Amino acid sequence: MMETTEDLPAFALTEVDYSGLDRARVVQALAKVLPVGALLFDSEDVRPYECDGLASYRAVPLAVALPSTEEEVVAILRTCSELGVPVVARGAGTGLSGGAQPHPHGLLLSMARFNRILHLDAHARTAVVQPGVRNLSISEAAAPHNLYYAPDPSSQLACTIGGNVAENAGGVHCLKYGLTVHNLLRVRAVTMEGEIIELGGHALDAPGYDLLALFTGSEGMLGVVTEVTVKLTPKPQIARCVLATFDDVTKAGEAVAAVIAAGIIPAGLEMMDQPATAAVEEFVRAGYPLDAKAILLSEADGTPEEVAEEIARVSEVLQASGAGEIRVSRDEAERLRFWAGRKAAFPAAGRISPDYYCMDGTIPRKRLGEMLEAIQGMEGRYGLRCLNVFHAGDGNLHPLILFDANQPGELERAEAFGTEILELSVAFGGTITGEHGVGIEKVGQMCVQFGERERKQFFRVKSAFDPDGLLNPGKAIPTLNRCAEYGRMHVQGGALPHPELPRF
Amino acid sequence: MNEIVASWAERIRAAAADGRALNLQGGGSKDFHGRRAVGEDFALAEHAGVVDYEPTELVVTVRGGTPLAELEALLAAQGQFLAFEPPHFGAGATVAGCVAAGLSGPRRASVGAVRDFVLGVKLLDGRGEVLSFGGQVMKNVAGYDVSRLVAGSLGTLGVILELSLKVLPRPPREATLRFELAEGEAIDRLNDWGGQPLPISASAWSAGVLTLRLSGAEAAVAAAITRLGGEQLADDQASAFWDDVKEQRSPLYTLAGHEQLWRLSLPSSAAPLRLSGRQVIEWGGAQRWLAGDLPAAQVRGRAAELGGHATLFRGGDRASEVFSPLPAPLFALHRRLKATFDPAGIFNPGRLYQGL
Ligand SMILES: Cc1cc2nc3c(=O)[nH]c(=O)nc-3n(C[C@H](O)[C@H](O)[C@H](O)COP(=O)(O)OP(=O)(O)OC[C@H]3O[C@@H](n4cnc5c(N)ncnc54)[C@H](O)[C@@H]3O)c2cc1C
Repeated sequence: MMETTEDLPAFALTEVDYSGLDRARVVQALAKVLPVGALLFDSEDVRPYECDGLASYRAVPLAVALPSTEEEVVAILRTCSELGVPVVARGAGTGLSGGAQPHPHGLLLSMARFNRILHLDAHARTAVVQPGVRNLSISEAAAPHNLYYAPDPSSQLACTIGGNVAENAGGVHCLKYGLTVHNLLRVRAVTMEGEIIELGGHALDAPGYDLLALFTGSEGMLGVVTEVTVKLTPKPQIARCVLATFDDVTKAGEAVAAVIAAGIIPAGLEMMDQPATAAVEEFVRAGYPLDAKAILLSEADGTPEEVAEEIARVSEVLQASGAGEIRVSRDEAERLRFWAGRKAAFPAAGRISPDYYCMDGTIPRKRLGEMLEAIQGMEGRYGLRCLNVFHAGDGNLHPLILFDANQPGELERAEAFGTEILELSVAFGGTITGEHGVGIEKVGQMCVQFGERERKQFFRVKSAFDPDGLLNPGKAIPTLNRCAEYGRMHVQGGALPHPELPRF
Repeated sequence: MNEIVASWAERIRAAAADGRALNLQGGGSKDFHGRRAVGEDFALAEHAGVVDYEPTELVVTVRGGTPLAELEALLAAQGQFLAFEPPHFGAGATVAGCVAAGLSGPRRASVGAVRDFVLGVKLLDGRGEVLSFGGQVMKNVAGYDVSRLVAGSLGTLGVILELSLKVLPRPPREATLRFELAEGEAIDRLNDWGGQPLPISASAWSAGVLTLRLSGAEAAVAAAITRLGGEQLADDQASAFWDDVKEQRSPLYTLAGHEQLWRLSLPSSAAPLRLSGRQVIEWGGAQRWLAGDLPAAQVRGRAAELGGHATLFRGGDRASEVFSPLPAPLFALHRRLKATFDPAGIFNPGRLYQGL
């Protein structure tokens, strides 16, 4: 490992050039440690892996490995370590920040064959699963015991628990039940050098540093997950949902703060603006009122008595905050219909626009209204429409910027629009990513989110796990050179240079 | 950088240059915790005060030296609290000390640990530089989660200057029930209940009596009382009881000269310990305190057999290992990680492990 005087690894300064790797030699070495059928290198075989859910960024990997045992993962990583080959782990490829995008000179390590639930202990309420297991299938397996796995990303039908650990995924119910990090007990992983480490354990804590917390959300940069123990949660007896309309987005934002201020933590508290409501209504017919400027969905769960009590209190607060209509789901079918619209927001955006770009900033709740107004202003300036769906309860925004990649300049404008939202999130005291990760997508905005000292420290932390920086290089943390360049293009603190110039 | 912080940075750089160990001191209430402290005392309590508190954001930001009691009073005035119910173990407990010690109270099994409530941290590292990680929002995945790593690191990574913590509204209703149950039965019952949607917020078993706390909406607590039965404690008696559990004031914890207090952290459904000594079981079965006089190897061996680990919490030999030893690759990783924050190894060396 090359070091500078500041004890920084070389890969902290500038991205390493791997173009000199001898592809044939790498493939040959990997073929020795993998069974037939577990290594793909023909271009038509590796092409399907060229991107994740952020489809505007693509790269074809040098090869794809599909191990099915931990020994194979160890052998792959040792081999790549020895030959200096970058490795990118991949779950289901639903990530929205390009985290699983292959390295053009590296190996793509698909964990798809690690798809077994190894053990479910209903009494202790834990499940030991392989990383390629889909999020929803854990809850399905736990259902006969009246248990479930609480974090519920909208992609839960497809995304894997390994990907969830890597992104610290959230979902609609995380306001009350926590993010991935709050629902994990143990992660078993292989480091880039091929060492097996266990973080956490089957007790509620483990001796030493809380590496489980550090590892969660580390975007496949610190190790490859080979096994996960999750906590299971008892299913609430019932759930009901309140739908409230507002004639003003700022009022809706204030209502969110008022609910929390009243000491209520709903099971979910979501907000959609009028364009988002209209788009999903056309798609799923959830019965949303179309004349409201914004709607809020607030879910209560628990015992029937508890739910009745919370629904009454929430309705009161919403009324006092200026809600127009307030509807309470009368049965499970209606509750699911209320949510169907919210959960279909992404596909609905995809239906009314050739392309959409999903942002993921988080801001203090009290600034939701201000942010919505700012986004409206940006729509005019960039000449693009935006649908807003928010995990409002925890201030996590998902503006969906609509564009058409076939129109010259639209993608660039959508990206500039997104950048402005993220930089404003930082200026509001928030963050550029609440749950989708930095990946390749927001690596530039990390220069705004963190100062140089913190970014250097991130590289040092990375090198404690991966001294040569071979795991997922170029992602999550920008090199010092990259930020120097970013600084030349952008002004810190949320403002773009030359605001006087039209941007379309 | 304010004056205190600037002078501390200076002191850290000088100590690093001469390789002098610093013994980071908050209020001194957890001096007993971890291995024996070495190095010159570095008093941190003067950097105190609330930086920002917005009840509707459910976040409070305070300087590290802020007294824990002061923070709790501030939150209580708004009907909020630190849901992980940290033990103070002394009048001087500071917020930074609470996070560095990483100790959570009776509510841990139902709401989470200290680390689950840490949203952001400002640290003075071993280079004398101020580093700021995380933030004040609930969801934040930008960069590695260094904030949570700091929880439980016992001052070995840096000086905690500032913390942003998630706070929660106090549950509107609490009730405490009591049951006569033998150890094995109590463990079983707790795990059965844990799999049902009941508003259980704490449990403590000792000497054949299980005490259970319910917290939540009026209706939920009332329904659970009807369902579970047991004998209900009066409110003031109940709150004194849980406070005593949290602060370990019961005579069960009073150690004779040769005795030690062990903390065993186990899977909640682990079988009874079958070790001699006085026992308190908390966290739905996942935390078991054992006071007595047993060889470390026997306690550690039993904890490992049951799928967990054991910490020498009070008494005993603090020059040898207090926390369960780590597998070699993991320990090597701890050392590398520590060195990235504290290259000269001056912060609380050896407090967590020998050689760290
Ligand atoms: C329609 C849609 C809705 C979504 N909704 C949500 C939502 O509500 N909440 C939310 O949080 N996210 C959401 N996402 C984003 C995405 O689903 C999550 O980030 C998910 O956690 C990714 O899982 P994956 O298995 O697809 O991982 P991938 O995309 O394959 O990989 C994601 C990252 O994890 C790493 N990784 C994967 N497996 C491993 C492993 N075994 N070891 C180490 N690293 C690994 C990869 O290197 C990469 O950096 C949504 C995505 C889509 C397309």
